Amino acid sequence: MKRIERLALLKVEKRPVPSGHVILSVSILAILAALVVVAIFFASYGTSPFRAYGAIIKGAFGSWQGFSETLRRMIPLLLCGVGLTVAFRALFWNIGADGQLLFGAIAATWVALFSGLHGPVVIPMMFLAGFAAGALWGVIPAVLKVKMRINDVITTLMMNYIAMYIVLYLIHGPWKGPSVRGYPLTDIFSPAAQLPTIGNTHVHWPTLLLGLFLALAAYIMLNRSKSGFEIQVVGENPHAARFAGISELKTTVTAMLTSGGLAGLAGVGEVAGVHLRLFDPNQISMGYGYTAIIVAWLARKNPLAVIVTSFFFGVLMAGGDVIKVNLGLPFQLINMFNGVIMFFLIGSEIFMRYRITLRRK
Amino acid sequence: MGWESWLISTFARALAYGTPLLLGTLGEIYAERAGVLNLGIEGMMIMGAYSAFVVSYKTGHPWLGILVAAMVGGVFSLIHAFASITLKANQVVSGLALTMLGLGLAGVLGRSMVGTPLFTSLHRITVPGLSTIPIIGPGFFTHQNLLVYITMLLVLILWYILFHTRVGITIRAVGESPETADSLGVNVARVRYLCVVVGGIFAGVAGAYLSVGYRPAWTEGMTGGMGWIVIALTIFAFWNPIYGLLGSYFFASLYHLSYRLQAWISPELLKAMPYVFAIIILILVSRGTVQKRRGAPAALTIPYTRGEE
Repeated sequence: MKRIERLALLKVEKRPVPSGHVILSVSILAILAALVVVAIFFASYGTSPFRAYGAIIKGAFGSWQGFSETLRRMIPLLLCGVGLTVAFRALFWNIGADGQLLFGAIAATWVALFSGLHGPVVIPMMFLAGFAAGALWGVIPAVLKVKMRINDVITTLMMNYIAMYIVLYLIHGPWKGPSVRGYPLTDIFSPAAQLPTIGNTHVHWPTLLLGLFLALAAYIMLNRSKSGFEIQVVGENPHAARFAGISELKTTVTAMLTSGGLAGLAGVGEVAGVHLRLFDPNQISMGYGYTAIIVAWLARKNPLAVIVTSFFFGVLMAGGDVIKVNLGLPFQLINMFNGVIMFFLIGSEIFMRYRITLRRK
Repeated sequence: MGWESWLISTFARALAYGTPLLLGTLGEIYAERAGVLNLGIEGMMIMGAYSAFVVSYKTGHPWLGILVAAMVGGVFSLIHAFASITLKANQVVSGLALTMLGLGLAGVLGRSMVGTPLFTSLHRITVPGLSTIPIIGPGFFTHQNLLVYITMLLVLILWYILFHTRVGITIRAVGESPETADSLGVNVARVRYLCVVVGGIFAGVAGAYLSVGYRPAWTEGMTGGMGWIVIALTIFAFWNPIYGLLGSYFFASLYHLSYRLQAWISPELLKAMPYVFAIIILILVSRGTVQKRRGAPAALTIPYTRGEE
């Protein structure tokens, strides 16, 4: 009895829907806490955390060149991240954006080098093919999940590795460029297959605009359309969805067509706007697909918020490059960063879902 | 004589490559049986691989390295346990975060030692007597390290505990119906914590096996996705240590046999084989589970809160 009395003093109630204000402040606190943890790590590595963070901010914002690197990293994170919000809303764990991105890159490379197309149709065709290829790579695990109950985390992950080895096979084998003297690279794309960039930078602005536009489109699709509603229902309550006659297959496939397709577009941007050829898959994707998971999670599955979160991680990635060069810190630091931020984000969610108050008589 | 040497080398490779998979799978079986999915295996494995390598390198004692790797794996898994059990965070995301953290941390810490070979690796032994049996002898009992056989022993012990002791019943009850276990006076959170830590210890040792036994050196990302295959094997094993053994060895021998195709298939595509196999295996298993409902523990990935719903 005594215990119940004591428990009665503390009231832990579920917050029905946390307000935007709560989400924002909890998220910011979580990021700050993560930054403190990483600062301790910097210090133990013999680097002043102030110097390190200073270098990151200076690197990402200090010059036009630095800022352009931030934008360049933001583009694939934005596209993959927007796609992932759609998949996550359907409660589909798409960990495979990296592989879908690579498939987009493969398709775009095929259009650029081997389709025989010329002139102004090339770039639109590259985007179309890239979307289709990424969507295809994303739909396979969707069908496996709905039809055979095969765990989506595992299939999407495995398909990342498979996509990576397919790229390696192509650049070591059939697609190895005749003009590259034995290196595992394709030939460079013709000018008609190269995306325009802002000035001398790597910011391929058509992809950036496309990403911003698709963030808005995805927001409208998720919140205003019938398929968006169905995705929401399947994600939140599959039983209710079945009861209401919503096809889980159709909904999951729609979500993954979008998610995979958008990651595929990101792949097109990387080969057509930055590298201008297909080569080492680790340099084309650089873990964008994995970082995009945090980008989407931090945005609380809201495609419009992805614009902000992808920019934030663009800063971290571009800044991470700078401290790698200037302070001699290893590049894997960014992975650590991601892991720590993710832990604090999910750890902080309990404060969003529950409100803990003292009950007064 | 050709087929005999095929068979012998396949057996031997099944043990050598299958053991780290098996170690990881055993641990994950325990964590998942208690209701906690841990996708952080890859991260815990790489941390185990790195710490075992460093300790063996500095002290010259590989077994000390393995011990430290077990502790590191266990401690590392506590992060996931805290997030998913105490904070009731999403287990998929928490596990992924653990993997990212592990890969990042091991990469950062081990940067200066990349490519360093280890000269004080585990001794390989040949079992006297048994090794003289034709085919079986050279296949199973020749030139393997002791950890291979310890792992086999552990399979039996873990299987016995899980299915024939009170402890095992408690663990399975916590994974199937935490409310019932709770009402019978079981501390659900404590059982889950323990099982996640057991999983971490095994993943740490699995990583250690790689860096001080299988390929004695430290290379960046040397676990190469094995942690994900472990997750697939756990499903394939129906959360049973004995099937875990069969699955791991079967998977490893398939992997080995695929290298026989080298004449026809490019090496890059061959490296993709384990991942293709993992998906195929899951497809095969799913046909069985759907009908028989011998699926995952009922409370897998669901946090437990007393008196809720």
